Amino acid sequence: MDHDLQSFLIMRFLVSILLIALFAFIAGRYLPWWSIAVVAFAVCVLLPQRLLRSFLAGFLGIFLLWFGLALWLDTKNDQLLSRKIAELLHLGQSSFLLMLVTALIGGIVGGFAALSGASLRATR
Amino acid sequence: MRILPFVVSTLITGALVFGLQHKWNGIPALGPFFSPQQGFWQNAEPSDHDYNASLHLPGLQGKATVYIDKRLVPHVFAEQEADAYFVQGYLHAKFRLWQMEFQTMAAAGRLAEILGNNPDLIKFDRSQRRLGMVTGARKSLEVMEADPESKKYFDAYTAGVNAWIDNLTAGQLPVEYKILGYRPERWSNFKTALFSKVMAKDLAAYERDLEFTNERSVFNLAQMKVLYGDLSDSSMPIVPRGTAFAAAGIVPVAPAGADSAYFQNDTSLRVTPVGKPLRENGSNNWAVAGNKTQSGAPILCNDPHLSLTLPSIWFEMQLSTPTMNVYGCTFPGAPSVIMGFNDSVAFGTTNAMRDVRDYWSIRFRDASKKEYWYNGEWTPTELRVDTIRIAGSAPLFDTVATTAFGPVMYDASFTSELPGDRALACRWTAQDGGNEPGLFFLLNRAKNYDDYRRAISMLKTPGQNVVFASKSGDIAMWQQGKFPARWEGQGLYVMPGEDDSYAWQGFIPEEENPHVHQDSGFVQSANQRPADASYPYFIPGNYITPRGVTIAHTLEAAQGATPQQMMALQQSYFNSTAEDAVPFLLRSINRSRLEGKAQEYFDELARWDFVEKADGRAATIYNVFMDSLSTSLLGDELTRVSGASIWPDDQALVEALLRDSAAFFVDDVRTPETETLEQVAQSAFEKAAQTLEAEERTNGLVWWKYKKASIRHLLRDALSPFWHKGLEVGGSGATPNAIKQFHGPSWRQVIELSQKTLAYGIYPGGQSGNPGSRFYDNFTDDWARGNYYELWMMTAAEASDRRVLWTMTFNPS
Repeated sequence: MDHDLQSFLIMRFLVSILLIALFAFIAGRYLPWWSIAVVAFAVCVLLPQRLLRSFLAGFLGIFLLWFGLALWLDTKNDQLLSRKIAELLHLGQSSFLLMLVTALIGGIVGGFAALSGASLRATR
Repeated sequence: MRILPFVVSTLITGALVFGLQHKWNGIPALGPFFSPQQGFWQNAEPSDHDYNASLHLPGLQGKATVYIDKRLVPHVFAEQEADAYFVQGYLHAKFRLWQMEFQTMAAAGRLAEILGNNPDLIKFDRSQRRLGMVTGARKSLEVMEADPESKKYFDAYTAGVNAWIDNLTAGQLPVEYKILGYRPERWSNFKTALFSKVMAKDLAAYERDLEFTNERSVFNLAQMKVLYGDLSDSSMPIVPRGTAFAAAGIVPVAPAGADSAYFQNDTSLRVTPVGKPLRENGSNNWAVAGNKTQSGAPILCNDPHLSLTLPSIWFEMQLSTPTMNVYGCTFPGAPSVIMGFNDSVAFGTTNAMRDVRDYWSIRFRDASKKEYWYNGEWTPTELRVDTIRIAGSAPLFDTVATTAFGPVMYDASFTSELPGDRALACRWTAQDGGNEPGLFFLLNRAKNYDDYRRAISMLKTPGQNVVFASKSGDIAMWQQGKFPARWEGQGLYVMPGEDDSYAWQGFIPEEENPHVHQDSGFVQSANQRPADASYPYFIPGNYITPRGVTIAHTLEAAQGATPQQMMALQQSYFNSTAEDAVPFLLRSINRSRLEGKAQEYFDELARWDFVEKADGRAATIYNVFMDSLSTSLLGDELTRVSGASIWPDDQALVEALLRDSAAFFVDDVRTPETETLEQVAQSAFEKAAQTLEAEERTNGLVWWKYKKASIRHLLRDALSPFWHKGLEVGGSGATPNAIKQFHGPSWRQVIELSQKTLAYGIYPGGQSGNPGSRFYDNFTDDWARGNYYELWMMTAAEASDRRVLWTMTFNPS
């Protein structure tokens, strides 16, 4: 695999992450939460990659989006609500753990949806 | 296409989305719950949240402007009368939607519908329906809507709530809905009527008829009177002692043969009572006339004692229209200001505590409940089938029979304690319709005593002591409500339900309700019996004596009273029962025979000033001792009662002992010898000392640590992270500042009606119902410390005042 192709693939990987995050954010403003799956699927259909990479792109796209959004909201809220919800979920009042759980839930859905999209396009 | 990975990953994605979209056994649907764009993260309100808004909504008639101050109190200025209620409904929903809907769902017996298949909830739902909460609310709705003016305002309130609900986004949904996984219904005037029944049940559904009936197998009538009688030696009634009353306008007649068929007959059915509100749902209020105040203007004070909850039951606001300018606390769920003041008068309420709920023993012909024995023949009942919906399960159908005495509360289908042909019918004044919520439309606009009288005459249930003061110098207190006129002893116990002679024979004419109206001195109420024994009716109730004693004595002594002194009285931790009990009881205890720590505790009590201070120890010692003493005095008798029984008040026991230290309950009936008070008190103190020694190791006997006062979320243990815990507060149910573990002054107001009104108030909680808002419980610490906020009756000209932080404008669309 030559150098250019490799950077192209890395580029495509990063662009996929970005597009998934961006379109999931826009979709999330109007559509139910599971629109993240539709977005991750669609992006990976349009930008085919190897399966593992697609999974990672979907996972990271949503993980980073959800973690980032949660962090943003939490910071503006002085962690007032997140500590209470974390206590409710037996996460020891840890806002960070709560954000991690949030991001993981979104990330896993995004990852498998992306994998599904990529395997639809994959040829070998 | 890679078939296998595609199929597998698509299936996994589908399963994940499905699994995360569904509620599993009480766990919220995790997908929508965690989504930062829709789930709970959206309830994390930014600490610098901007409440400014410009709204165009259908249903408004004119323009309204809302100035929101730094405590998040909205000051509503509406050009049209009805619009004030539209905006109030909108703001109640915006800040408190979940609680107002939840409370009305509970009132309607619909909790299993949202919370799921839980036997306790289903029983609760059935008991609400059987009691008549829904049928009563329907009747109230008819009365509320029969008056065109009232209907217009209720409609506007409902439209305002729905304007919020209809535009609610998934993210804006209160977090409790997200946790429980349901969505709000649209509001209706019926829900406002249901809310009025929530208050009726909280304040006027406490009685002890079933327990008293069971206890008759152990105590005779005279003994029952000693333990649970409504007259108290030390009480300071609302109508001062010695006031002459006119003869009764209606004289109910006891049925012939009541002695054998009712008083001497063991009618006990030993059913476990359900759905009882808290006994201590009470309050203090008083008004001091100008001749006793420093400013020469009347001062009115009120602090309603209710279960302390988050979100708070109260929401503070000002409503201003061309005919009204009123400020105070409001009920999310109903229009108007409930306690507060306008430009001419101030008003508030305490609970009358009168018994307005009775039971009759019913004999069905058979388990079909179609007929019952009444006036010497089998008489048809009215049968209705209630549908109890249950989330995730098939609905339950409950067949409820209604008799001449009221609906059947307890029967074999409701409790296995009853055989198929026996039942208890329940008559309760709140089963009737009334326009209670509508009286505040008038009261909020009252200019003088006559307006106040006219407004409160609409109050039927719950009976309340409505305090009043005006700028023109009047002070007044009416115990207002619809109270059955009873023959002596009627309704204390379950009554025979076989003939109509045991039914209620009428209601006390309203003008004969106890009241005081004057322009000097003071008026006060604190849930005590409203009058002394010369009041010409038999009025059993759930009266509480000690707070009124402290308040009346303090006000008698007051000269040149100031709002600050009145606040101090609201904050008073003085226990008048303890003042009567402690010196007397300690005389019965031989200190030298106590051992170890017990002597130390004895000395602390002996030195005590009867003030239940938060950081003191004496209140802990006193309360543990009194518990131990009541157990020693009455535990032996009460354990002999089969079925539910109930402890008498400390106050009643102390007064009985002061009258006769060899009262019948002193002796331990389990032993052959006859115990004296000295023996019982000595051993009760020794037992208390053991408990205290154990407690001392964990909390040092510090009263607030022992009491563990907290403000619970409405959903209690299910949402304990949403509580406010560890309140460093003193007092008890017997002190004017009546803070118990989960109960206490839910709002405090002190209003001086000087030329420019000086008003102060506070409630434990905060204006926002959102646990993610900094306004969720920001008043609580100040409340616990005894601080007050100045209640700012704003004028439209003050729109640029620096206290105004946000402005919302409402325009018709």
